[in-house]
Amino acid sequence: MNAFSQALSIARKDLAIELRTKESLNSAGAFAVVILLLFSFAFDLSPEETKDISGGLLWLCFSFAGALVFNRGFAREMPNECLDALLSSPLSAASLVIGKAITSALLLLVVEAISFFVYGIFYDTNWLKQPWSLLAVCVFATWGICVIGSVFGALTINLRLRELMLPVIIYPLLIPLLIASIEMTNLFLTNQAFNFMWLRVLLVFDIVFTCLAVALAEIILVN
Amino acid sequence: MRDKLTYVLLAAGALFFFFNLHGIFDVLPDEAAQGAIYRIMYLHIPAGITCLTGFFIGMIFSIGYLTTGKLAFDAASASINEVALVFAFMNVVTGSIWARIIWGIWWTWDPRLTAMFVCLLIYVGYLLLRQAIDEPTRRGRLSAAFSIFGTVDVVVVWKSIEWFRTQHPGPVLDVRTGGGHIDPAMQSMIFRDLFAFLLIAAALVLIRMKQEENAREIDALRRLAHA
Repeated sequence: MNAFSQALSIARKDLAIELRTKESLNSAGAFAVVILLLFSFAFDLSPEETKDISGGLLWLCFSFAGALVFNRGFAREMPNECLDALLSSPLSAASLVIGKAITSALLLLVVEAISFFVYGIFYDTNWLKQPWSLLAVCVFATWGICVIGSVFGALTINLRLRELMLPVIIYPLLIPLLIASIEMTNLFLTNQAFNFMWLRVLLVFDIVFTCLAVALAEIILVN
Repeated sequence: MRDKLTYVLLAAGALFFFFNLHGIFDVLPDEAAQGAIYRIMYLHIPAGITCLTGFFIGMIFSIGYLTTGKLAFDAASASINEVALVFAFMNVVTGSIWARIIWGIWWTWDPRLTAMFVCLLIYVGYLLLRQAIDEPTRRGRLSAAFSIFGTVDVVVVWKSIEWFRTQHPGPVLDVRTGGGHIDPAMQSMIFRDLFAFLLIAAALVLIRMKQEENAREIDALRRLAHA
């Protein structure tokens, strides 16, 4: 079984658990909707102003909701020492981290789909002007968020104040990716031309952090 | 021996710096467009280069720890990153004062400034992470991994003025531009200040490493007492 198949097995296992319990999906989905609702009260914006801040608003919402999703990724393995069992199995640590990232990314993409739908209604915005470009940005940015989230979820698994530490250390690392996704989402929501510079930032970020995650997973997870 | 080296480095760095102050204030003229405030660049640029160099060397020591498992590498990495963070704060504060005079604002979300601010937050996170882990080998392993992730932003800070069109000025030193962007006397003073800062930083790293070793020894004795 190669490393990618191992990662897919982990993702399948986690998705099966998630589909039964729906604990991450329900909490992250509800949280994203609540944030969108709160933003609508916080700002009294004209339709034009709404379009200008849409990208920022949506990606802040996704990154906060993402923290709920990947927080659960490794925490789910703590009861009954499941993590130790997984690490003593023939699975590689890298496949474990990538598998968790795949699960988190799929769940976060569902949360994003729900959020876009709710956003369109609450803020009277047509977000389907460039649907394929928007989908590409969501996929690349979500992967970046989730791969970082999974690595640092693993890194902080046994820490004191784990829930506080995770956002403190991951959000600074996510800033370049969030800036690129916010800029590109703003372009697509206002129906402007594609900007390859931000796409390059997004892709470089994804590639570099995925490689680092694979290279350092063993060090982070195995004693 | 190490204590003597620390004192020598600190004294040499301080002497160089005070000698440079004479050159900065008494010898070099005001800059044509900016006037006297441009002199803050003799703190701002050397502090920036010192901090980025420190973060990079810290990453090398982190890799050293991961490959050898020697706690001395971890102590060196933590000490270097901590001292580099002090210089990063110095770089941001002096930059902000300079911006207030020249641009009329304390801060702007320009890619260079943003990347540097992110760098600060990452290494503050690094120190918080170290504080949250008690067991030395685990602390070393996880903080080394974090330091390697953090270095990605160091590269972004360094290259941001080439990759993006920024309000922050582009590269001026001859090593990056090939020459012609800065007066040779001013450039020479930047390098002399950089040398002084590196000496001071090296002394601070040695002091901090000594503290790390003492803390580890006390921790080991405490464990022995509780055993």
